[in-house]
Amino acid sequence: MPASTETETRAEERPADDPALEVRGLCVDLHTAAGTVRAVDHVGFTVRRGRTLALLGESGCGKSMTAQAIVGLLDPVAEVTGGSVTVAGTDVLRLSPGKRRKLAGPVLSIVFQDALTALNPVQPVGRQLAEPFRIHRGLSRRAAREKAIELMASVGIPEPRQRARSYPHQFSGGMRQRLLIAMAVALEPDVLLADEPTTALDVTVQAQIMRLLRDLQTEHRLAVVLITHDLAVVAQRADDVAVMYAGNVVETGPVREVFAAPRHPYTRGLLDSVPEHARRGERLPAVPGSPPELSAIPAGCVFQARCPLARERCVTERPVLAPVGAGRSAACHFSEELAHA
Amino acid sequence: MTVFLRNRIASSAIPLLFVVLGVFCLARLAGDPVDLYLPLSATEEQRAEFSAAHGFDQSIPAQLWDYLGQVVRLDFGESLRTGQSAGEMVLTAFPATLQLAAVTMVIAVLAAILVGSVAAYRPNSAVDRFSSLLAMTAASIPDFWFAIVGVLIFGVSLEWLPTSGVIGGPEIWVLPIATLLIRPFGVLVQVVRGSMVAALSAPYVKVARSKGASERRVVFGHALRNATTPVLTVAGDLTIGLVNGAVVVETIFGWPGIGKLMIDSILQRDFAVLQAAVLLTAVTIFALNIVVDVAHALIDARVRQPVQA
Repeated sequence: MPASTETETRAEERPADDPALEVRGLCVDLHTAAGTVRAVDHVGFTVRRGRTLALLGESGCGKSMTAQAIVGLLDPVAEVTGGSVTVAGTDVLRLSPGKRRKLAGPVLSIVFQDALTALNPVQPVGRQLAEPFRIHRGLSRRAAREKAIELMASVGIPEPRQRARSYPHQFSGGMRQRLLIAMAVALEPDVLLADEPTTALDVTVQAQIMRLLRDLQTEHRLAVVLITHDLAVVAQRADDVAVMYAGNVVETGPVREVFAAPRHPYTRGLLDSVPEHARRGERLPAVPGSPPELSAIPAGCVFQARCPLARERCVTERPVLAPVGAGRSAACHFSEELAHA
Repeated sequence: MTVFLRNRIASSAIPLLFVVLGVFCLARLAGDPVDLYLPLSATEEQRAEFSAAHGFDQSIPAQLWDYLGQVVRLDFGESLRTGQSAGEMVLTAFPATLQLAAVTMVIAVLAAILVGSVAAYRPNSAVDRFSSLLAMTAASIPDFWFAIVGVLIFGVSLEWLPTSGVIGGPEIWVLPIATLLIRPFGVLVQVVRGSMVAALSAPYVKVARSKGASERRVVFGHALRNATTPVLTVAGDLTIGLVNGAVVVETIFGWPGIGKLMIDSILQRDFAVLQAAVLLTAVTIFALNIVVDVAHALIDARVRQPVQA
């Protein structure tokens, strides 16, 4: 089932196939020295079990902050100011910190991008991998350790029994990322968020990690939210995509359809800037300008300053995410024009 | 680990030799060592006799050889005041200082970890600002002033605690330890706070929370161990300060440690004892540094093992 807007989800409720994760109207404000700015503005999407949704966008578009708000790991300067995050039928934003901790691992899990700093440098990795079992299953040290070793084997770490005693700095980048993924899927969560899981890795290793993620997803029927700026990764790995710009979702829908015929000028600009569409000797097209500062987001459309279609209406009126076809939505006043372009 | 320890000890052998040589030079740079060892009132005959008895009439290399032999045997000559072996006197006084320093540092480190961690948990909160103020004050109070005021209030006015001496129950420890404690505690709280703030904002802390770890587990299980490196280094340094500089506290409270022994030896020109005390303190500092390094290696695998790909 494709990612859909809030209105649509309500319109076609299918209890038999409840979404594993449903985010609605999520807002995150950043309290900075210069004042409060909105970093995530009414973001919504749904992911079902076994499916992958890609959150696509440039650095600073709010995609990582969306993920951290979902798992409740925002930095103290950031605050969730609205919306709901429904996992397994419960709005986790309304839960007490203690109840939320109970979901962290067995239900909702996250993989961070830089595996060297994400693993504790002074603990053997076996102990770190055993921790979910100790915390949530109350296993003994020894039993949790056995589980950790099994887990290491399942993500392809050679000689897991010996390696469990090693420290993070004694592993390669790819192996560290495997360990981090293993830790995140240890308790077979319903929803896995992966925040740029391959950014720090070599291209060949990236492919291995993406394959590992796919295998684990198939095995455990994980609902995966893949946070990335890499269009190729989205095309290969995701079922649905939500394109983010300046804290807003500007377009969402099945990857194949969105990439074949984008209905938002920003998505269009991103796709045009991929080298394979360009001819040799020609200047690579790029989206002109840069995203607005969070403190200076315009009143109208967030993309107006860089948009080739921008006109008067875009300055005064913020377009809302509206259906533009089966399971697709875009936040553009003129998405119809793109359909025929 | 054994290899690490062996290398660490081997690498401090040469600096230690320099200290031993330094002490030898100390006795001779200042002029005729006989002047240092004997009181001003000594007659010519006494001086010549002393010089011959201790080999000061021999060539410098010969003297150095004898001196090294003495150091190896821990024979530093006799005290002018008591006639006792200087080495023995120093070794007798040393445990009193070590006890004081050890108890003080254990309390200081534990208290600083607690206060510093609580402060770092919510930076810029009221608790944090109060503990920073407390730490700053503690680190700035002169120890002699604190000792004298302490004696005045608790010893003289309230008569709760003895003013000096080592005879009695546990109450004799209170004022000397409180005096020694105050500065290391203040300094360590600031160090713990600083490194805990850094550790708590590290990505692995976020990952620990994403596993559903309790806040206690996050702070003490994950962050604290990473924050210990600077704390250990500073604590080691402060311990050296305590061993070396217990002079004020030991003098004020009449604590029979090495600090008091050194002051007495200086005042009474008991050079043999002073020389032995300086050498022993130097060796202790080297040993402490090794202990700190070993502790680093035990806590952080990156210190004891080379990086593997």
